Amino acid sequence: MTDPTTPSTTSATRRRFLALSGGAVLGAGAMVSLRPAVATPQMQNAAIRDVVGTATVRPGKVKLDVPPLVENGNTVPLTVSVASPMTADDHVVSIHVFNEKNPQPNVGNFYLGVRAGRAQVSTRIRLADTQRITAIAKLSDGSFWSTTADVVVTLAACVEEAS
Amino acid sequence: MPALINVPAKAQRGDVVEIKALMSHIMETGFRHTPSGEAVPRDIITNFVCRYNGVEVFRADFFPAISANPFISFFTTATDSGTFEFQWVGDKGFLETASATIAVE
Repeated sequence: MTDPTTPSTTSATRRRFLALSGGAVLGAGAMVSLRPAVATPQMQNAAIRDVVGTATVRPGKVKLDVPPLVENGNTVPLTVSVASPMTADDHVVSIHVFNEKNPQPNVGNFYLGVRAGRAQVSTRIRLADTQRITAIAKLSDGSFWSTTADVVVTLAACVEEAS
Repeated sequence: MPALINVPAKAQRGDVVEIKALMSHIMETGFRHTPSGEAVPRDIITNFVCRYNGVEVFRADFFPAISANPFISFFTTATDSGTFEFQWVGDKGFLETASATIAVE
């Protein structure tokens, strides 16, 4: 993977999306007016820049465990782990998770310390659409590392009406 | 108790232990509408902190993309017997705390 802020894979993603969703795309188009504003990969990139500033984000070290296909976007289990010795000299400071297509690009920020012992965090998240998740880890030396994972969502979160 | 906490009761000094915490909360995203078209106001937990004998060992910022009844699991090194204190802060003045003890040999 390249720097996640580089939109070089946009067209490939779009092609895959079209292939996956097939005829459902027309129906989805008709629903758009009912939906809240949807985050775009540009919004995700802006949110990532808010965290990393001008630093370079390199691929590697981070592992993102998320099911490749989920039926219900309301509770998607997610685990982020980082290859790190977690010593005073070399440890993970924080882990940040972003999404492309929820109404808001941020998912969560998790702050660890030397005493964490292991750089791993699990939670459950909502996904409004089939999309790519990005996890970024900040290390104690100031470097940033990232990985991405694609998730296909069959029943989206956020779009149902409140009762 | 709206919180569900899982901390090992005992550990050897230096062990890395897993902490699990679940808080019962609707986590209303603020992006939903009622059938009549009114926006449902956001009501989420925004911050979570875990302190171990008073020292912060883990902290998180939550966004609407965190599922209802937010669950979080993380790790910490067992250093001394004592207390884990958990705190959740959110919209509309939401504040909940919980605690658990650990015996370190």
